[in-house]
Amino acid sequence: MKDLKIIIESLVYISETPLSVNKLKELLVDVPEKDIREALAGLADEYARRDGGIFLAEVAGGYQFRTAELSAPWILKLRGGKPATLSQAAMETLAVVAYRQPVLKLDIEQVRGVDVSATLRGLLEKNLVRIVGRKDVPGKPILYGTTKKFLEAFNLRDLSELPTLREIKELEEAESLE
Amino acid sequence: MDYRIKLEIFEGPLDLLLYLIRKNEIDIYDIPISLITEQYISYIDAMKSLNLDLAGEYLVLAATLLHIKSRMLLPVHETEGGEEEDDPRAELVRQLLEYRTFKEAALEMERMKLLDRDFFTRKDTGDDRADAGERPVREIGVFELVEAFQRVIAGMGDMHIMEMERNDMSVSQRISEMLDLLREKKTLTFEELLGMPRERRQLVYTFLALLELMKMRVVRAFQRAPYEAIRVCVAAEVDVGGDAQE
Repeated sequence: MKDLKIIIESLVYISETPLSVNKLKELLVDVPEKDIREALAGLADEYARRDGGIFLAEVAGGYQFRTAELSAPWILKLRGGKPATLSQAAMETLAVVAYRQPVLKLDIEQVRGVDVSATLRGLLEKNLVRIVGRKDVPGKPILYGTTKKFLEAFNLRDLSELPTLREIKELEEAESLE
Repeated sequence: MDYRIKLEIFEGPLDLLLYLIRKNEIDIYDIPISLITEQYISYIDAMKSLNLDLAGEYLVLAATLLHIKSRMLLPVHETEGGEEEDDPRAELVRQLLEYRTFKEAALEMERMKLLDRDFFTRKDTGDDRADAGERPVREIGVFELVEAFQRVIAGMGDMHIMEMERNDMSVSQRISEMLDLLREKKTLTFEELLGMPRERRQLVYTFLALLELMKMRVVRAFQRAPYEAIRVCVAAEVDVGGDAQE
């Protein structure tokens, strides 16, 4: 398709959430997936080479324009907000959910040794964590997992991109103590 | 979001214990229980004297430490196989290591590039939340919701009965669907939320899902004026911080 790259660039620009290849396929009816992927890769490359204020990033199963890191303070000024932060409690809870999902509230509390109701609710409201189902045990407790927004917020293509845990190696060593 | 000033206050009992182990340069696999217990308890006392709200979890761990300490004082019995009895500290060490793993994971995640801090994306600038916040709204309680629900059910009376295929609907599924919908539309009226086509089974599931979400305080129901439609929205941002005291 002629002008494919131009069209895709506009579409990604105007989209408020990462635009997936599937969605693009749906929009650009007859264009083969291979061409779409090539156009996206080409665009990402162009932005990277230009090294300007905007980059095309592949996150959360789609493509999204993001600003350069060094502009952050000025963007915050423009938007008149404070930077997004998560408290240590929220970050720890989020880490347990991210690595252990699907996970029960009880499991998180066992790891952290504190009640996590409020923290978990905050993460649900921020749409970083969601309810993924209920465990099939008495009481049907709620299982939690991370959202697409979580991948978007932490700049991840998928969950496999999370940093590796300082491995279970040490946990195993502890078990040999028992 | 508010800035939170953190003094030497810990994320929980395990965090305090890890701190003491680090401070004393102790081998985590060979914790001198009586030393650590003593220090742990003096920290708790100090926190109490500062009038800090001390969560019960701190006391539970203090009890655990004392229990381990007492077990350590007992002579070690050799079992018949010649194996030593379990080290009474083993479970605590496992817990500590597990917690440390995730504490470190959290620190690493903190170092990652974060949306709306290190980089930004386009977003629609229409401030939806302000819209709901500016006008006085009245929170709707469970009883009013039940009344509204009964009105809807009563209104179904003369609709033709439509048999729908029984599908594997569940409350938790409705919860996720409802949240997705609310995030997309920001606010929906109670009626919209119950959706069309009205099928009794779906109505009940949707209503239960709504009650569950309200119980978790993830969504709120409100009314702009008496007799206006009841609206539902995702609860306003709250400080994610203050846990432990919950």
